[in-house]
Amino acid sequence: MRVVVDLTRCQGYAQCAFLAPSVFRMQSGDALLYDSNPDDALREQIKRAAAACPVQAIHIGGMGTLAAMRKEPAQRRKPRGPVRLTDAEAAFKRGGRIVIVGASLAGLTAALMLRTQGFAGSLTLIGDEAYDPYDRPPLSKQVLTGWVKADHTLLPYSDELDADWHLGVRAMGLDLAGRQVLLADGNRVQFDRLLIATGARARPWPNDAEASLEGVEVVRTRDDAAQLQRRLAARPGRVLVIGGGFTGSEVASACRELGLPVTVTERGATPLVGALGGVVGAVAAALQRDHGVDLRCGVTVTRLEGDANGRLRRAHFSDGSTLNVDVAVVALGAIRNVEWLRDSGLAVTRWGVACDAACHAFDINGLVTGNIFVAGDVARVPHPIYDYQFLSLEHWGNAVTQAKIAAHNMLSPEADRWPHLAIPTFWSTQFGVNIKSVGVPTFSDALVITQGSLAERRFVAVYGYKGRVTAAVAFDQPKWLEFYQGLIDAAAPFPPAFRTVHQPAEMRPVPPEFPKRAVSDQEATVMVTGREPYERRVRWVYRHL
Amino acid sequence: MAQASIFEQILDPANRANPYPLYAELRKTPVAREADGTYIVSTYDEIVALLHDPRVSSDIRNLVRQAGATPSPQEGPPGLPEPFIRRDPPDHDRLRKLAMRPFGPPHTPGRIDALRPWLVETTTGLLDALAGKNQVDIVGDVAYPFPVTVICKLLGVPREDESRFHELADAGIETLDPTTGTIEQRKAKRDRTKAELGQYLAALADAHLRQPGGDLLSGFLTDNGPNGRMSREEVLSTAALLLVAGHETTVNLIANGMLTLLRHPGVFERLRREPELSIPLVEELLRYEPPVQFLPDRVTLADIDIAGTTIPQGSPLVLMLAAGSRDPERFDDPDRFMPDRPNNSHLGFGSGIHYCFGAPLARLEAQIALTELACRLEHPRLVADPPPYRPNPTLRGPLHLLVEVDGIRAAGVR
Repeated sequence: MRVVVDLTRCQGYAQCAFLAPSVFRMQSGDALLYDSNPDDALREQIKRAAAACPVQAIHIGGMGTLAAMRKEPAQRRKPRGPVRLTDAEAAFKRGGRIVIVGASLAGLTAALMLRTQGFAGSLTLIGDEAYDPYDRPPLSKQVLTGWVKADHTLLPYSDELDADWHLGVRAMGLDLAGRQVLLADGNRVQFDRLLIATGARARPWPNDAEASLEGVEVVRTRDDAAQLQRRLAARPGRVLVIGGGFTGSEVASACRELGLPVTVTERGATPLVGALGGVVGAVAAALQRDHGVDLRCGVTVTRLEGDANGRLRRAHFSDGSTLNVDVAVVALGAIRNVEWLRDSGLAVTRWGVACDAACHAFDINGLVTGNIFVAGDVARVPHPIYDYQFLSLEHWGNAVTQAKIAAHNMLSPEADRWPHLAIPTFWSTQFGVNIKSVGVPTFSDALVITQGSLAERRFVAVYGYKGRVTAAVAFDQPKWLEFYQGLIDAAAPFPPAFRTVHQPAEMRPVPPEFPKRAVSDQEATVMVTGREPYERRVRWVYRHL
Repeated sequence: MAQASIFEQILDPANRANPYPLYAELRKTPVAREADGTYIVSTYDEIVALLHDPRVSSDIRNLVRQAGATPSPQEGPPGLPEPFIRRDPPDHDRLRKLAMRPFGPPHTPGRIDALRPWLVETTTGLLDALAGKNQVDIVGDVAYPFPVTVICKLLGVPREDESRFHELADAGIETLDPTTGTIEQRKAKRDRTKAELGQYLAALADAHLRQPGGDLLSGFLTDNGPNGRMSREEVLSTAALLLVAGHETTVNLIANGMLTLLRHPGVFERLRREPELSIPLVEELLRYEPPVQFLPDRVTLADIDIAGTTIPQGSPLVLMLAAGSRDPERFDDPDRFMPDRPNNSHLGFGSGIHYCFGAPLARLEAQIALTELACRLEHPRLVADPPPYRPNPTLRGPLHLLVEVDGIRAAGVR
């Protein structure tokens, strides 16, 4: 069977772990890991678990389950009466051609949603990996510990999806005027509307020769995870994790669970510092050290050294020290998969493809396109709560939500479009702790602990910017976050000034300690030509793509 | 004499058989203030919000006493500490985690699932005992004895002592009925009941300490987890809570379930043919006829703005779970019983940190009992509809549920 749990919604009620204990496991009171493709013999238990989930976060195959949305009762819909489609719109919904480039979580979710919303035309999914869509979060957790096989992470959907799949084929280009996607195998696929969901890939180790040493790994794809799992199962002497972000920290956690010695290097002051800041990052650091991780902050890897057989042997650090290591996991973030769009005439930068709140891609001049949509890690979208700044998110929940919004808007007249205004939400499971975040913690000038304490490692940290609440991060406190999301939605005053349960004796806001953003190499991306307002146009200058 | 408020009418035993029209009336004012300063919350979104709101406490010491109200006298010896259901974090979290250790994940994940064969066996035994009868009382013959047998075995309480604590359990849940006194008066009564139950359990605890078994009581007393263990008083208080809760809730889920099935014969028949239907069906029962109709005795720690109303700090709150679970803003056609309703995030077990501790057990018990009843009762007919109800408005269920049958099928016959 195929199961997926929306861990963005999960609040750790553990009903699934009670009712299907061999499929769903609580790492601690609040952190859930599960087997995505359990044995069919467990079907009844899994049905019990799914039915019992208080937040209905467990999806088992079947058409549209992943695309299920909370009902919109008639009286809650805008009183505009029924949505009227023009003849052309109705014809498109009946027999149009939609192509989705990217066959991972966002692509599949959009496809499911399109069918759920009544699209009866032709649906094509193009993916560069030769696999059915699979779920990535398990790859850095239960796959590495060997509990769940890398190929047991397939996402649920049913044959009713009725799609043409081009798997293992890379999209090479986009012809906007001709409405065609160009494939690496020479084929061209015609579309009426296109969804770009090509996501991101792991940033490789910058030195090619060192990167190709045996034992140097990344974790992004199923194949990556399978390979790293094999390496870890062979009991290497020491594992080096380069980068203390979420992926790196989760890999280190899996190594400790396997009892392997592991060193983590992090350029910043603490792990997770880029996402959560140094105050909360210090808790992550303590967590790692308590679990026996050799954590080295403020340190970078300068060189990976191999032996005569091309096997990794040693790492050299910026502090002049060296360490013998057998495996190095490069966890230095992601690169968005936009190269194929370089000449397309869309607004492409290293941060992805810019789009509006309806997921319409911008063209190179900043004009909204009518038939090109974007969703998932590859999308950049302005968010009103965050001063309309473009957000580039790499969250599971964003991929799902944005894909649904994009799919709905692909089929809807202007009057019935949905804006993508979800508050960003992500989770991580590491060292037995459930970490959840709502909002954008980096968009802050202060934080305050409102419940629990950093010392207990069970707390809620609320982030604020210029006197309003902008984010909240919880360690092992998933049941409270909904409330804090409400504070963000309402632009509630920061610091919050009310009494709560489990409130610290003193609530003093402190700077969240985010690293100064390194100013990126000031590369030109575009130039503008034309004298008169009506004739000015943008042209790309490629220096970084 | 002022006219009774909607909430007062809900409390009136005369309306016990069908409070749902009153809930619909109540939802027109999502947050309603009673004359005594209690706030009644009845719509889905507002209830869920308050159940996740850290400004809401379960510790009634946070009550701001109404002017002129007299504090109730402290009687008797200092009793047991409040159980975790009436505590706030961090105490709540510590106690609930410790109580969870021998009961479920992460420490003992497989325990409840492994009970399934024995649960089936137990129901089978109860139904076998009815062979040859033409009239059965679903409450007295199945819905009550089944969960009691289960909680006794789990806790390590001798089943034959049931008569000793049955009345105490009843007295304990009576204090959840707002008509029986002010919050403080009810707390004083509850403390007395708890003390008596505690005395009974204390003797048991001594026996378990001498010879620990695989039961929860032994587990609590001998736990050697990384975060220490409960104090003896905390063990007794927790055990008393689980004993009462295990006694007085699942009985209503099974009895309300059977009543609902007999009112929907097509569904009853479907269940007989497809036992797996029991899985979503029990969730729908928890929405449609919840055993716990509302959560009384929560208190606000700060002024809370909700649904256009400001609830002042220190106010008592009542969260009307049964009204929220029939909110048409959240559920399509909410007054219809749909055994395979999708996306059923009902409020039957509450939500947030106090989500029902025994929910997984209650689910399995109800799924198994209702499936067995559907398979084994031949042509069941309700003797009285509505049946007589227990007076308690909070834990609502039939006093008896008499059913005429043509016979009891042998176990395993479909």
